[in-house]
Amino acid sequence: MRRSSRRRLSSALLDLLVWLILIAMLVPAFWLVFTSVRNPVEVNAKPPVWIPRELTLEGFKPLFGQATEATGAIPFDRYFLNSIVVALVSTAIAVALGTMAGYVFARYRFRGKNTLFLGIMLSRAVPGIALSLPLFLLFARISQAGPVKLIDTQLGLIIVYVAVNVPFTIWLMDGFFREIPAELSEAAQLDGCTEWQTFTLINLPLALPGLAASAIFAFLAAWNEFQIAGVLTRTVNSKTAPVGLFDFTGQFTIDWRGMAAMATVMMIPAIAFVFVVQRNLVRGLTFGAVK
Amino acid sequence: MLAPSLAIIAFVVVFPLVYSFYLSFTSYTLLKPVANWNNFANYQRLLQDPIFGQAFVNTLLFMFVTVNAAFLLGLFLSQAIARTIRGQSVLRTLLMVPMMFAPVMVGFQFRWFFNDQVGLVNNVLTSLGLLNGSIPWLVDRWLAMFSIGVAMVWMNAPVVAIILLAGTLSISPELYEAADVDGANSWQKFRSITYPLLGPFITIALTILSLDVARGYDIVSIMTGGGPAHRTELLWTYVPRVAIQESKFGLGAAMSFVTVIVTVAFTLYLFRQLLKSRIL
Repeated sequence: MRRSSRRRLSSALLDLLVWLILIAMLVPAFWLVFTSVRNPVEVNAKPPVWIPRELTLEGFKPLFGQATEATGAIPFDRYFLNSIVVALVSTAIAVALGTMAGYVFARYRFRGKNTLFLGIMLSRAVPGIALSLPLFLLFARISQAGPVKLIDTQLGLIIVYVAVNVPFTIWLMDGFFREIPAELSEAAQLDGCTEWQTFTLINLPLALPGLAASAIFAFLAAWNEFQIAGVLTRTVNSKTAPVGLFDFTGQFTIDWRGMAAMATVMMIPAIAFVFVVQRNLVRGLTFGAVK
Repeated sequence: MLAPSLAIIAFVVVFPLVYSFYLSFTSYTLLKPVANWNNFANYQRLLQDPIFGQAFVNTLLFMFVTVNAAFLLGLFLSQAIARTIRGQSVLRTLLMVPMMFAPVMVGFQFRWFFNDQVGLVNNVLTSLGLLNGSIPWLVDRWLAMFSIGVAMVWMNAPVVAIILLAGTLSISPELYEAADVDGANSWQKFRSITYPLLGPFITIALTILSLDVARGYDIVSIMTGGGPAHRTELLWTYVPRVAIQESKFGLGAAMSFVTVIVTVAFTLYLFRQLLKSRIL
């Protein structure tokens, strides 16, 4: 009896600890949102003001074309639009290509398969710093030579993000297709399906949760990417939102409230995307592991 | 069906890497873009550069410490959340919040938190009466590395926790019931049931961590930019400094190659583990 009550106490303490850790982890998120609606006096106040005393949407004004003294107007609509176009288009292409490749890895045997798979995954591990500079030189040369402009265009970023996201999609989709019994495909082919029909009509619908999980990952990676976009973009033609955040930094000062406002708006599509497909996310990440 | 994926990876990853490998043997600069072959001069210079050595050591240390810290925190959270009965789905949703932050914004947010004048950390310590004056979080070498590490762990631990939580919940409850009958305590149950069965999930989590560790660039470059005075220099911040600001592209390419090798070796090791756990 005494042992069980002591156990209950230690279990309650553990619960408390977990909640404390998670609340501490949420501070940066809440702080960001709160900063965006604060009165500027409170932003750097000592001692800190936790809950804003009054709410103001002034911080959001520069985003919507209303200039303030500190920063002037930020062409936020253009950045946001660039981000949306680049993230959506690159996600769609990456998921399409990666799904096909993942299917090949899951269903077919061929020589050098493991090595190829490993090579593709390692291409994802190449740090952006080693890619952004030679990519810039390469893209600059292509832009000079021909009609296709890849520097400071949405197209250039889309191409890069597709390549960055394809390996992870292949990995996830490979796991999903493995879960689908091969007998289904065999039966379909006996019934006269072509290989392509077997893929699109039988396997693809069953792997939909995997598509969703891959899409979240690809979308978030493209939506938040900064390192390569920082090198390949110059103007409102292609600058994405993470690069645009730097409009709030001056040489010695940072407009924290304006930046927080923009980051808050940036998080909305990401939150929507993740929450819609949350369940598939967890399944998608761990599917290959449960055999 | 494989060809389009391979083609685009070749165009965006393989070709630029080969190109920069070639440039790493030349005296290419952005001001004088002529690729004069100079054998191993860049690699020799790199070996003699004390800042490069420091950045190299810093990077290894930083990757090792942050990946392990994020992993241990994630493991702890997953185990603690797995045994809660009430509010589990709320906890799981809260875990997803850091995933939605752009790494750039994580950098800015934590740079402000650790600012010695106006930052939240010093501010809170002062108002709690624990601190008189200010701690130079982003100025001192080890404090700055610690601050950057906190930001990295904050961003990465939740992903680990989510994956390991899913893994833990997939373990059959009967195993634990049998262990209860045998009178095992919670540690014994964790040691002989949960941990071994989590094996593949742990490898997945570590692999995702290692794939994402280079995203630390965004955070480091914003929080300290490798400074002050190269104290927090990592390879990710030193390579662009050499290649772009000092315009020594060939040397920068050589350095970035060393970076690629370190990162890829790290990931390769983890992937070997992962491949072992699947049937190919």
